[in-house]
Amino acid sequence: MKKPRTMKLSLPLEEYMNPGHLACQGCGATLAMRYVLKALGQRTVLCIPACCWSVIDGPFPYSSLDVPVFHCAFETAAASASGVKAGLEMAGDKETTVVAWAGDGGTFDIGLQALSGAAERNDNIIYVCYDNEAYMNTGIQRSSATPYGAWTTTTPVKHFKDQPKKDIVAIMAAHRIPYIATASVAYPEDLFKKMKKAKDIKGTRFFHIFAPCPSGWKSRPEDTIKLARLAVQTCYFPLYEIEWGEKYILNIKPREKKPIVDYLRLQGRFNHLTEKEINLIQEEIDRNWHRLLRLCLQPEEKPTA
Amino acid sequence: MKEKRRKAQKIIFNSEKEMPIAPMSLGSMTFNLTGAWRNIRPVIDLDNCLQCGICWKFCPDTAILIENEYPVIDYDYCKGCGLCAEECPAKCITMEEEIR
Repeated sequence: MKKPRTMKLSLPLEEYMNPGHLACQGCGATLAMRYVLKALGQRTVLCIPACCWSVIDGPFPYSSLDVPVFHCAFETAAASASGVKAGLEMAGDKETTVVAWAGDGGTFDIGLQALSGAAERNDNIIYVCYDNEAYMNTGIQRSSATPYGAWTTTTPVKHFKDQPKKDIVAIMAAHRIPYIATASVAYPEDLFKKMKKAKDIKGTRFFHIFAPCPSGWKSRPEDTIKLARLAVQTCYFPLYEIEWGEKYILNIKPREKKPIVDYLRLQGRFNHLTEKEINLIQEEIDRNWHRLLRLCLQPEEKPTA
Repeated sequence: MKEKRRKAQKIIFNSEKEMPIAPMSLGSMTFNLTGAWRNIRPVIDLDNCLQCGICWKFCPDTAILIENEYPVIDYDYCKGCGLCAEECPAKCITMEEEIR
């Protein structure tokens, strides 16, 4: 063995997630939870609606997390978190962070009205949506977060999903809430930094975390991080922040934009796509990317109309 | 850290009277040894280890511990996903077939 060196870790060593949880091999959602809890620390309350994490956490008298968890109904993640926060404030506790932790089904489809209500009242909560692009927990049904061309059990190969993904970040930006960020499990330092920043802001804060799912995407479990990284490098899932719905900050700008084929070919759910459809997806991504670049220009740089 | 994990035990209620009034968590899931799910096992070659901590950072099961400045795999919980072997920059983690 070589001479001992000190190990420099980019994240703190404390763990608030225990092993023994019930996630599949190579799960992206567990990684997201691990990084978020590292940033938020012990004084955190989680509200989890029906999603993968309500199963991963464990059956009744057990929990794999070291923080309090409140399991609520599917559509009430944001409303429950608002209630927990109001209750804590009544009891005189102003420090504890309350987090609503929902999947993409509970955010894009079912929980959207509760989330919109909480954002409109500007309740002091953090809402985290971990996005695995379908209802993975109940058996890979299509959600409005599923991208164009993807296979799911309700959109089989012959009738694959024909609609693009819903732009949830733009919907939340229209609420003019103090802080919105997108993050990816392949960039934990970036996610950690944003979560630390969000912890000190008052008001509704929204996080959109990209979490690949090997069982639902029909990819190899060891490719989880590679897929999340490729999604950023191909500009399919850009990492950016929005403050007060107006100020856009781009965090990672890839030096060389990779073609989307690299990302699609690693996943079994896109195996049926022909060249024509891949070109359509590439055009859609280019359009979204240019739109984002335009928004990220500072106000003084903007051309006067 | 490992000693803390060993303490977790399965809780068994003999009657309804023993159950708590409100549904609340009483114990950790660490009694559930997920190492049994594994078909391939990661093995670290510590001679080539760069001590970057990337395997520790990307483990979804928190099954890689850091002891004496080197990563150590906890085979009780490792599910064998292979993320550490894929992401290791020095390629010093190999996946070998599990022998039982």
